[in-house]
Amino acid sequence: MLRAEARTRLGAFSLELAVEVAAGRCLALAGPSGAGKTTVLRIAAGLVRPDRGLVRCGEHAWLDTERGIHLLPEQRWCGYVFQDYALWPHLRVWQNVAYPMREGSRRARRSHAEELLERFGIRALAEARPDTLSGGERQRVALARALARRPAALLLDEPLSALDARTRASATRELASVMQDLEVPVLLVTHDFAEAAQLGDEVGIVDEGAVVQQGSASELAAQPRSAFVADFTGAVVLTGTARPGPDGSSLVDLDGGGRVTSTDRGDGRVAVSVYPWEIAVARGAPAEDSARNRLPAEVLSVTTIGGRVRLGLAAGQPLQAEVTTAAVRELGLRPGDQVTAVWKAAATRIVGGT
Amino acid sequence: MIRRAWFPGLITVALAAALIFLTLPIAAVFLETSPGALVDSLGSQGAQEALWLSLKTTTLALTIIVLVGTPAAYLLATRRFRGRAAIVTLIELPLVLPPAVAGIALLAAVGPAGLLGRGLAGAGVELALATAGVVVALTFVASPFYLRQAQAAFGALDRAWLDASRTSGASEARTFLRIAVPAAAPGLLAGGALALGRALGEFGATLIFAGSFQGITQTVPLAIYDRFATDFDGALALSAVLVVVSAAILLAVKLARGPDGLGIAAR
Repeated sequence: MLRAEARTRLGAFSLELAVEVAAGRCLALAGPSGAGKTTVLRIAAGLVRPDRGLVRCGEHAWLDTERGIHLLPEQRWCGYVFQDYALWPHLRVWQNVAYPMREGSRRARRSHAEELLERFGIRALAEARPDTLSGGERQRVALARALARRPAALLLDEPLSALDARTRASATRELASVMQDLEVPVLLVTHDFAEAAQLGDEVGIVDEGAVVQQGSASELAAQPRSAFVADFTGAVVLTGTARPGPDGSSLVDLDGGGRVTSTDRGDGRVAVSVYPWEIAVARGAPAEDSARNRLPAEVLSVTTIGGRVRLGLAAGQPLQAEVTTAAVRELGLRPGDQVTAVWKAAATRIVGGT
Repeated sequence: MIRRAWFPGLITVALAAALIFLTLPIAAVFLETSPGALVDSLGSQGAQEALWLSLKTTTLALTIIVLVGTPAAYLLATRRFRGRAAIVTLIELPLVLPPAVAGIALLAAVGPAGLLGRGLAGAGVELALATAGVVVALTFVASPFYLRQAQAAFGALDRAWLDASRTSGASEARTFLRIAVPAAAPGLLAGGALALGRALGEFGATLIFAGSFQGITQTVPLAIYDRFATDFDGALALSAVLVVVSAAILLAVKLARGPDGLGIAAR
């Protein structure tokens, strides 16, 4: 188990949070850059000393400002994968991986390093210099190096952000399978919610130095407790004024015009969120159906992402709908078209005041 | 009518003039006398002693500079503290100090009647007019060249390399020796070469602080000065040696900056 609590000044705001990860589990901290995610890792690793804090790993206290305990980074037993991997350019790949190993002869350390490289499928690169490797290869070397000391905890700082989009998908799957075999707590930070959802057993959303909401990725996406979380998890966020409606629902008059219904309760100034894939579009006035929310909108953009199409819509406030390519073809949607955006009241979350 | 471009011609002429002006005197050192006469002049006892003394004092000074300067530059490059900028400026001051002023300053500080000199004399240490004094003068004028370069080399290292070493279980000392120094090696070598070149050519501060006694404080530049009026061939011969060594140092600096330093791969 890894537990870290810290309170410290961090530029314009102060960092104040507590995180805990059980052995064999992964907590992914996700948030925008500058939110203090990396600082949490640096505090856990001993690279930053907080004003007040506590870091415990299993039975060992790594940091306890109250008791005056502050272990140096080299005395803590954690593997750290840095954002740009931080491989040492003057050492060969196997030397990078063998560097953390202290015991045994040079030959024994080399063969241990090569075993680790084998596990990541890059044994052939043992003699290479880091600057000749691709991004995906570097990431694997960095991971092998972080695991070389058999760490008691693994800290990953944006382990995939230095990779191009194509490599990232396969690297994410690989990393997930590596983590599955680990019996130590893993703390990961990323600015990408989708990445956090894929890699973390739990996700904590970090904003301005605090964990604003923590839970499983689907919980966060389904029940964001704030507009920030809703926005960060990829939802459309609209602002307006809520009042009670029939049967325990709420009616929200949107800023800029239009009204939507939500099955959530809300009153006064609120933000409502809805996911782009919950929104359908129809030409003209749609036929009768069960969806409560209809907003006339103009199509601003039509962008194909994989098998889906993201429509940028203007309806008083901007919103996005995600539909299939077939639907776009059948409706003949083009920028400038007038459509109606349709979605259910039950898919509309009221996420608190603005 | 097409106007002829005059600017490309102008810059070509400017470069040619600079090249001739800078290389002609150096070529003249070798062309003024026969190679045989140059070698003969180097055989004289005074020349031999000067060459040996220069070798000894510059090696010693460079050793001191590297051993003290490397960790000092590391501290300046990796720590942020109050007064750091002031320290950097103070350390660089000898760079712009006229050598004669450096000699006087050393006399005032560690000369027989100087600030610290009295104490040193009491302890039996005589620097002025002694070989040790030459080493002090060389170290004083040459160390800023190394410090500045080393600080830049350490400053250019990715901080994450050092952090990665610490989280890999290495102490700060081990990180310094195994990661920082090897990764900064090209810059450190370049700094060492610059300091060596400056120490080798040192004249003014040595003359004022240590004097010019054959075999004790008379380094090659001082020996050249000593004989240029009476034994021009001898002065030329010693100068030729310094030209060759300086060229070798320049080459080393270029090579240390990596394969691109000379425009060719250094492998």
